Amino acid sequence: MNGSSSNQKGVGIQVRGLRKSFDGQEVLCGLDFDVQPGEIFVIMGPSGSGKTVLLKHLIGLEEPDAGEILIEGQPIQSPEVMSQYRMAMVFQSGALLSSLTVGENVGLYLAEHRLRPPDEIARIVAEKLEVVGLKGTEEKMPSDLSGGMKKRAAIARALVIEPQLILYDEPTSELDPLSAVVIAEEIVNLKDRIGVTSLVVSHDRDLAFGVADRIAVINQGRILTIGTPDEVKRHPDPLVQQFLHADFKRHGFPLEQRKIEYEKQP
Amino acid sequence: MFENIGEMVLLFWRTLVALPLTWRQRQKAFDQFFEIGNASLLMVCILSFFIGGVISLQTGPLLVERGLGSYVGGVVGFSIAKELAPVMMAILIAGRIGSAMAAEIGSMRVYQEIDALRTMNINPIHYLVLPRLVAIAVALPMLVTFGILVGWLGGALVASANDRIAVSFEAFFSALRDTVALKDVANGVFKSFVFSLIIGVVSCHQGLITRGGPRGIGRSVTKAVVNSIVLIVIFDYLLTRVLLK
Repeated sequence: MNGSSSNQKGVGIQVRGLRKSFDGQEVLCGLDFDVQPGEIFVIMGPSGSGKTVLLKHLIGLEEPDAGEILIEGQPIQSPEVMSQYRMAMVFQSGALLSSLTVGENVGLYLAEHRLRPPDEIARIVAEKLEVVGLKGTEEKMPSDLSGGMKKRAAIARALVIEPQLILYDEPTSELDPLSAVVIAEEIVNLKDRIGVTSLVVSHDRDLAFGVADRIAVINQGRILTIGTPDEVKRHPDPLVQQFLHADFKRHGFPLEQRKIEYEKQP
Repeated sequence: MFENIGEMVLLFWRTLVALPLTWRQRQKAFDQFFEIGNASLLMVCILSFFIGGVISLQTGPLLVERGLGSYVGGVVGFSIAKELAPVMMAILIAGRIGSAMAAEIGSMRVYQEIDALRTMNINPIHYLVLPRLVAIAVALPMLVTFGILVGWLGGALVASANDRIAVSFEAFFSALRDTVALKDVANGVFKSFVFSLIIGVVSCHQGLITRGGPRGIGRSVTKAVVNSIVLIVIFDYLLTRVLLK
């Protein structure tokens, strides 16, 4: 992540037989999938399905019990990968450092690694904040920002790294629909602008089908299906359909009954 | 507490290895140092003054009754310099600063700020632990030196003002000079240096292993303070044994 590579192209990821258990409970049960360079790959699934744990493995915050994750063919645990490729993660909560201003948060990577002089860092910070629509918020504290602004500031912090791989953990959770649209547009813009590989974990169906090149649906640590949004929509697995079509209507049928109705359809 | 001793030693070792990076983290270390001094100086003054006073009040009449009034300054000065100031100040700092360290780092852990640092390839030990440990290792010995002087002053004031003791200021400090050598003060300051490392390592470690939400942070703070105090008392005995030789 502390890389000096000037290569802006996104990186490819290969996940092979990934397994992880916590206190004897298996959270990831042998996941296999590939993410192509420059692709927006969305991982969907209900809460507790292992999405965030998977994301933490993909950025090296967790170590798998078995299996491996390869970045451009190299294991993610190897120090070379961390220095060769630039990766960033946008956390569900934003995870801005509460003791620093927004500007200091966004410029933290450059300042701590002494990659630029302070005046240039200030210029880059202002530029990235403007990109995410937070111009002039440098001196504010994270506690002064709304949930959506925190997430956008976290995206700005990720952009400063000029990542080749960017991971988003539930980027639209707790956001109003308008803010969610802004975040979704930003994810697509980033891909178009710098060709970054984006891996988005979400249970927001609108976001997933709006931004994804491909979608994986996981449940209880297993991948139910992987494909383009259209392929996933047409996938016959009842669990996938139940997840994709779950909605609430007052005085409507209970969810289980709707599932039975769906399965009766030709 | 004892199940984590290995992890704490490892954290201490990793921080020691990172010491050459202190200059890069000097602003954060200075901020921490200012925070420790600012938060504790007044309390150190009050605590030291009254500890000196109460030791004078407890031992003075006993010594004077036995015709040993000229030893009051020595007894008070010696006990404050070698034992009471380092231990009491360390306990005060464990409560005020150790708890704050554990709470701040624990909250950063719970709210994924430490994970965010890791994803930016910023080592939390360099960024969080090193400046705090350096700051407390400088600040506590300074506070203890200050506390020793204030404690002596408190002892002397009580000794001269109390009718049952009635040892003048000059006589008190003359006896203190005869009894307390510079080495004794250095022993006390050295103890406080060791205690500062204990507080820093225990508190930062508790912060870093915090799990759960606000309740987890509360548990970490309690453990940081209690474990620091227990280790301070144990190390006080061990250091006294070693330094007596």
